Amino acid sequence: MFSISRSTALRQARTSLRQSQATTVPHVSSLARLLSSLAVLEQRDGKLNTSSLSAVTAAQRLGGSVTGFLAGSSVKAVAEEAAKVKGLEKIIYVENGAYDKGLPENFAPLLVENIKKGGFTHILAGNSAFGKNVMPRAAAILDTQQISDITGIESEDTFTRPIYAGNAILTVQSTDDIKIITLRQTSFAPAETEGGSAEISEGVDPKAESPTEWLSEDLAKSDRPELATATRVVSGGRGLKSKEEFDRLMPPLADALGAAIGASRAAVDSGFADNSLQVGQTGKNVAPQLYLCAGISGAIQHLAGMKDSKVIAAINKDADAPIFQVADVGLVGDLFDKVPELTEKLKA
Amino acid sequence: MSGLRILVPIKRVIDYAVKPRVNKTNTAIETNGVKHSMNPFDELSVEEAVRIREKNAAKVEDILAFSAGPAKAQDVLRTAMAMGADRGVHVLVEDGVEGGELEPLGVAKMLRKIVDEEKRNLVILGKQSISDDSAQTGQMLAGLLNWPQATQAAKVEMGADDMVTVTREVDGGVETVKMKLPMVITTDLRLNEPRYASLPNIMKAKKKPLVKKTLEEMGVDVGRRLKTIKIAEPPARKGGDKVEDVDGMIKKLKELGAI
Repeated sequence: MFSISRSTALRQARTSLRQSQATTVPHVSSLARLLSSLAVLEQRDGKLNTSSLSAVTAAQRLGGSVTGFLAGSSVKAVAEEAAKVKGLEKIIYVENGAYDKGLPENFAPLLVENIKKGGFTHILAGNSAFGKNVMPRAAAILDTQQISDITGIESEDTFTRPIYAGNAILTVQSTDDIKIITLRQTSFAPAETEGGSAEISEGVDPKAESPTEWLSEDLAKSDRPELATATRVVSGGRGLKSKEEFDRLMPPLADALGAAIGASRAAVDSGFADNSLQVGQTGKNVAPQLYLCAGISGAIQHLAGMKDSKVIAAINKDADAPIFQVADVGLVGDLFDKVPELTEKLKA
Repeated sequence: MSGLRILVPIKRVIDYAVKPRVNKTNTAIETNGVKHSMNPFDELSVEEAVRIREKNAAKVEDILAFSAGPAKAQDVLRTAMAMGADRGVHVLVEDGVEGGELEPLGVAKMLRKIVDEEKRNLVILGKQSISDDSAQTGQMLAGLLNWPQATQAAKVEMGADDMVTVTREVDGGVETVKMKLPMVITTDLRLNEPRYASLPNIMKAKKKPLVKKTLEEMGVDVGRRLKTIKIAEPPARKGGDKVEDVDGMIKKLKELGAI
């Protein structure tokens, strides 16, 4: 699938790029021609998942051509919608209901066949539940070492990613011919949904059987903004003491700010809030304009999920809580007084 | 249901409560003199394997714990055995010999070999290691074996005819999938609450069989594909500004343009 001459040419192009101080235009364009990215887009019930468009943004930063990939039932209409996304040159779609649930057992082989056919050098997807599930499987089939949850792109083979719950930033260079990448969606704003005019074509469908049967799902329904992409997040922790108090205090504050609701692991483990609301190393990563938390001490694992927020505000009765070391605005006090007061004054 | 032969791969990592420090040359995380323990998600894997045996006594033939890492990785294997694993396999990988930690692809290839040699039909792994945070090994192993996978499991139910129902944590909630053995499961935090190993069980674990192997004996290509260019501290946040009351908070948030 990947001819030796091709990867050699790419390597030469890279070398000449590095060697020559004054980069000449032909070098850039020859590299750009060889570099072609596939952005794996997610869809649900015939609707494009716009947060998956972060993959398009990351792909554009690499340079080279960017193709979007979609699969599922009646996906042609979604492909037409995606064709308008700025930065996409092509859309490859595969119409088959077997791919609707993103089951890795058939989606990974599907992806692999389309990567081989298109000769893509970079495959990008969001580090969502879908991306985490499918991409490593595809990487193993292709015998490449995936690079997970990148937050920065240094060059076409060098990326940065947080390790140790965000306590260190690793810069890593891939030696694989095909780079499989998942990206932190809060680090790459989704591409604009207007202004593009991509060419649409049908991909190959290997029709791999999925031995897995999808039975059901139970998704938390909410009119509030989605946690991962919300511009404001209010988050509650163990200090709220019970589910009743969490439900009494947090939703009104969220509504006053038009914010999504998050929670610490302690709050989730104690049953105050749903698992899907957990912010942290093993939950969601958020980076809103405002992260306002109450009753959260600020353990390493929690900070991992929110410390890239633009402004952090914290209410906690313990003046020595670690959360105050990262908070731009800290208020020491009893959240049972302060949160309702804040809610009232914000509404006013 | 046929007999279950479970494999639980575990990793020794810096203890979750320790704040990791980057070394002076920006090439690695300081590990000397730092408390290590079993990766928290792997404790959940061991616990789940033991619970499956407790619930389905006759069906579990054995539970094999596996770890690849420095000599001290044996400590976490002994912990797994004290929790209820029957035996262990340790592949010795000295720190730095391979230019850093093993990568998920290399580990997955090693696990594929162990699965074949030890005729495993269920592999339970943690969803991610809290050191590298890659979250890849289970999915890669399933891909290499062409087995079904259930990642981020919050509930595992062993059914009739080798069918297993798994509830998975996904964005926005949970989904339930059903698949047939052999299969790979990765554990999420809410799957169970790992038990503490009792002193008698810790003593017993010392007598359980632990096979030591070298990388050469494994004969698996674990060559690194990713080159570490550098490891840096994340940009520090300047926090610590406190306000007196709610009005002060609102005023400050307005100044910062957050509301």
